[in-house]
Amino acid sequence: MPNRTLESRLKRQSILDLLFRNLTRVAAFGVLLLLFSIVGILIYGSMPAIRAFGFGFLTSTEWDPVADEFGALVPIVGTLVTSGIALLIAIPVSFGIATFLTELSPRILRRPFGVAIELLAGIPSIIYGMWGLFIFAPFFADNIEPWINDNIGQMPYIGPFFIGPPMGIGVLTAGIILAIMVIPFIASVMRDVFEIIPTLLKESAYGLGATTWEVMWKVVLPYTKVGVAGGIMLGLGRALGETMAVTFVIGNAHQLSQSVLMPGNSIASALANEFNEAYGELYTSALIELGLILFFITFVVLSLARFMLYKLGQREGKTS
Amino acid sequence: MNGNLRKLIYSIAAVVAIAYASTSHAAALTGAGATFPYPLYAKWANAYKKQTGIRLNYQSIGSGGGIKQIIAETIDFGATDAPMTPENQQKNGLTQFPTVIGGVVPVINLKGISANQLKLSSDILADIFLGKIKKWNDPQLVALNPDVKLPSKSIVVIHRADGSGTTFIFTAYLSQVSPAWKSTVGTGKAVSWKAGTGGKGNEGVASYVQRIKGSIGYVEYAYALQNEMTSVQLQNLDGQFVNPDEASFSAAATNAKWDASKGFYEVLTNQPGKNSWPITGATFILVYKTQSNAESGRGVLKFFDWAYSDKGDALSSQLGYVPLPKKVQDLIRTSWKEQIKDSSGKSIWK
Repeated sequence: MPNRTLESRLKRQSILDLLFRNLTRVAAFGVLLLLFSIVGILIYGSMPAIRAFGFGFLTSTEWDPVADEFGALVPIVGTLVTSGIALLIAIPVSFGIATFLTELSPRILRRPFGVAIELLAGIPSIIYGMWGLFIFAPFFADNIEPWINDNIGQMPYIGPFFIGPPMGIGVLTAGIILAIMVIPFIASVMRDVFEIIPTLLKESAYGLGATTWEVMWKVVLPYTKVGVAGGIMLGLGRALGETMAVTFVIGNAHQLSQSVLMPGNSIASALANEFNEAYGELYTSALIELGLILFFITFVVLSLARFMLYKLGQREGKTS
Repeated sequence: MNGNLRKLIYSIAAVVAIAYASTSHAAALTGAGATFPYPLYAKWANAYKKQTGIRLNYQSIGSGGGIKQIIAETIDFGATDAPMTPENQQKNGLTQFPTVIGGVVPVINLKGISANQLKLSSDILADIFLGKIKKWNDPQLVALNPDVKLPSKSIVVIHRADGSGTTFIFTAYLSQVSPAWKSTVGTGKAVSWKAGTGGKGNEGVASYVQRIKGSIGYVEYAYALQNEMTSVQLQNLDGQFVNPDEASFSAAATNAKWDASKGFYEVLTNQPGKNSWPITGATFILVYKTQSNAESGRGVLKFFDWAYSDKGDALSSQLGYVPLPKKVQDLIRTSWKEQIKDSSGKSIWK
């Protein structure tokens, strides 16, 4: 009698187990299926544009809906340059924030600072966009851009990259707003990984007479480089795909300019602006191909990041 | 007793069911499309429901979307800012009529220059947007405005970043008046701009112009009005300089040669008449010529018939749109009778 109840319970549990296993399997494969169908639909939707323009689509700066001539170079360059500017600013600042929070800040300030930075990460991007357009752009146009024009703009070699009418709107502004948006991501990851360093390591270094800078640069960073690189890639991922904030301040002009003070365009903001009213097969298809390119860029960046982390991990295994 | 009760319950259920069916049927009026007239259509729908109890649901998904939806037959009417060509109407079995008029207004941001003080000719406007005239104190501008003190500032051109009916009207005008514009840029809801920066939506252009010194952009009249922006005088086809206001938009619509047989395909830009504002445009409604559901087809026409009444016109003026001249509204009603039939070929509008 007790044997039978045990058996039936076992049976019931194994059925539940099977059910659960299959449910999780469906969930996991469902995501994969979704991913592949998105790629499939993107490729299918962009076929007319691919057939019409071929590889020329990637190198042409033309974007003329009236004549049905489309090229993606301007938004591709805009996406990469704004993200590049964002990382250029965000990495050192985040490093500073993380160093301060883990090494230098009085213990009592650590929590409030940490929470504040995490809150920054939660602000919706449209708020950054509106702040950028209404507050930052006018300030930038009146106070900073004239200075950039007069000083950096006059320098040999790099000058031409910093000349333009002081509008407050353009590629540089978009890059700066993006930097502010990705700093919380990178900084909080950096802080987290800096915190897991064994105190023994750091204190040994301090004991040998190392300065804080030397400890950070020679002990902490080498120990945490995988996590730091991961945090940076997370930030880059956000910067590449950011839509609303960039649309507000980049200027949305399909023109390739040498100067970062001039308006440009990014893939995501071109899509957000033009998809609604795109008429004709080729126009829509060119926009979908832009989406495909953004997908591809993000995919390559993330794969590169994975590969780098993998290589780093391998080397660590050898040296230690 | 029991039988009576049951009868009562049945009859109540039947009444409720019929009432429900008729309200849900009345709620079936749906339209989608252009964003420019959305505030007005929403206001009309609201007032119409209060008066008649009939609901109308309008979704502002953009003119392109409106055209796609009406062709897919998912809505009772589509709305578009750029009129559909007679050939395309023919191909899709659609007919079209205008609802209200709006004007597109160039707006500037120049210190010390007030609204409608600066005069622009069509050539100068085209050359500014082509990037050929780069400074506010260009000799051509100075010659036209001897009384205005123009600074030696760079002109910053602001245009729409998204596709829009506003851009269609603006570029249609520039193509009419400037051969150089027609050959290098052309007419469209989105074009390849030769100069400037793009803002999203009328509000995007308005806020860029307000924030960037020395800028010039173009917005719908209602936005210029709401934001108290500095508009300019334009020279019209008759060589007169006119201010943008309801009277000058209305003049352009009166002087236009509306043709019902072409589905009122008429771009109102550059119309003759000494008071006509040159960059004027109407916004349009698309319906099927053959209404498979005559009931909802008639419902849509009744709604717009009401919108052409004094009540509807008053609401338009309130929101900064310009009602069509009475003459044109009557012409549209006549065209319904001739153009829109039910599946047996009978006219659904009496």
